[in-house]
Amino acid sequence: MLSLERVTKTYRLGAFGLQKLIAVRDVSFEIGERQIVSLIGESGSGKSTIGKLILRLIPITSGKICFEGTDISTLNGQSLKEYYRRVQGVFQDPFASFNPIFKADRIFRMVHDEFYPEMGAREWTEKVEATLRAVGLNPPDVLNKFPHQLSGGQLQRFLVARALLLDIHLLIADEIISMLDASTRVDVLNLLADLKARGLSILFITHDLSLGYYISERAIILYRGRIVEMGPTDKVYNRPLHPYTEMLMEAVPRLDRKWEKEIRVEREGGLAGSEGNGCVYASRCPQAMDICTQEEPDLREAEAGHFVACWAR
Amino acid sequence: MLQVENLTVYYKTIRGYVQALEKATFTIADGEIMGLAGESGCGKTTLGHSLIHLRPPMNYIEGRVVLDGREVPVWDMEQMQEFRYRHISLIPQYAMNALNPTRKIGKMIAELLESRGVNFDEVLPELKRRLDLVQLSHDVLKMYPIELSGGMKQRTVMVVSTLLNPSLLIADEITSALDVSTQKAVCEMLVEFRDQGFVKSTIIITHDISILYQIADSILVMYAGQLSEKAPTETIFQDPRHPYTKMLIGSLPKVGVRHQEERLLGIPGSPPRLLNPPAGCRFRERCPVAFDRCVEVPPFLEISPGHSVACWRAY
Repeated sequence: MLSLERVTKTYRLGAFGLQKLIAVRDVSFEIGERQIVSLIGESGSGKSTIGKLILRLIPITSGKICFEGTDISTLNGQSLKEYYRRVQGVFQDPFASFNPIFKADRIFRMVHDEFYPEMGAREWTEKVEATLRAVGLNPPDVLNKFPHQLSGGQLQRFLVARALLLDIHLLIADEIISMLDASTRVDVLNLLADLKARGLSILFITHDLSLGYYISERAIILYRGRIVEMGPTDKVYNRPLHPYTEMLMEAVPRLDRKWEKEIRVEREGGLAGSEGNGCVYASRCPQAMDICTQEEPDLREAEAGHFVACWAR
Repeated sequence: MLQVENLTVYYKTIRGYVQALEKATFTIADGEIMGLAGESGCGKTTLGHSLIHLRPPMNYIEGRVVLDGREVPVWDMEQMQEFRYRHISLIPQYAMNALNPTRKIGKMIAELLESRGVNFDEVLPELKRRLDLVQLSHDVLKMYPIELSGGMKQRTVMVVSTLLNPSLLIADEITSALDVSTQKAVCEMLVEFRDQGFVKSTIIITHDISILYQIADSILVMYAGQLSEKAPTETIFQDPRHPYTKMLIGSLPKVGVRHQEERLLGIPGSPPRLLNPPAGCRFRERCPVAFDRCVEVPPFLEISPGHSVACWRAY
């Protein structure tokens, strides 16, 4: 349904834009119908950049993003609006997504005015209330309130409801769980699973590995703008192939296994893309060989559907 | 050893008192790392801060704090000056981003020590030894905070805040802004500092319970300003007695659990407002096993050695 082909994004930095920061480099992957794909990476790995590129919030530097066969960079005017009917995003901080001086349900009215101007008021109210119930909210409790009167979980569900008012096929969920409390985050996760059952595809962007495992069938591990490993979630988690993924899986605090006792301070590397040649992980990798600093490994299929970019494999 | 008895702290607002911490009673043994867990707004940061820096709008209502047999005058900002940093040290949330950007790290430490009447040069060898321990180069002393990565800054803050071997260290959300790999290193340092005797008792405040499972000896769960349960870490996970603890543990996604196989459940509802909260157990409106008795506040009672709980159903 959605495919990324060798997508690269370079940001210009410094006073005159003289420095370059490669945030995402040569990233290719696909999201199929009714799939939840986790995009997992630490801060600075480029995971949010990929979400923004898919939502066309920032221009792409090179490569191509196709949605149902159409290159999204060619869209404009009416066709772009049609795209946004199908693809919507929800972001990390629910409080920052609302204008605090307006009531929270203003976002629904804006969707109405922009996308359904012909729909009558009564019909629209029914549609909004049905959608709110679909995301597990009770309309009288949450309508006609200011953002500060609602909890983070309620606001986040508001935003999902706003996306669902449109006929969306793909939801970009960028860290939508991380600001929520433990007791409510599971509800939002379950909501995503229910949406998938109703035919939606979701790109679930997260830094929290246990959330990715709970919800997704495919996982993509990013490191400094490169995909280092991707494949079915259980394979990536239970039999990681890339040394970086191995390190992540070992370091993530789990509830079923304690850390092995050792103090290992990770070597710190430079900025993304500043190394030039070689594997992005080579400077931190315990298994690095000569070739790792000279040539960049391509993403290769190690077993059915399970890809890894590592010379040691 | 830290003993807290009936500590009650309210926030004074125009509309009345926000009852953020209600009759907290617990002890932390020497060498114990206690995790303080709960949702945002449950009073965990209020509890941590009231032990060292109880300033307006926080209002001391009642209770006492005893550290190593000595009364700690938490209600008196002036007298607390003697305890701060020397005996009780706090790493506040976002501390690593609060390092003075115009001072080199070494200069900053020297000024800090001077303000406590300690000679920097006397402490320097020990400081260097500890930097080695956390695998930081001595060069950081000559660097500005901007030159360090997040993990390095957090490690620096940890070394600085424990330099005078405080009896109690309060670490407020020190891992939440860090990457998974750095997070683990910082957590292991807390354990190492305890093992080396740099600090006696540690309170780790965090919303991330899986971190506590890894390093805490005991966990104290708070809900809406009241203590719900305190027990050794294994007990909290294996045999929780308070319904809130049970539901909280049950709602955590674990690696190995997928929604198709095991659908986790959240806790319906939301915490009460702490301005004029309802009487009795504050969890009762969300509690599946609440009954008549719950309109009275359940006492925080020890039901087995080291395991205390505040629930009428658990005694």
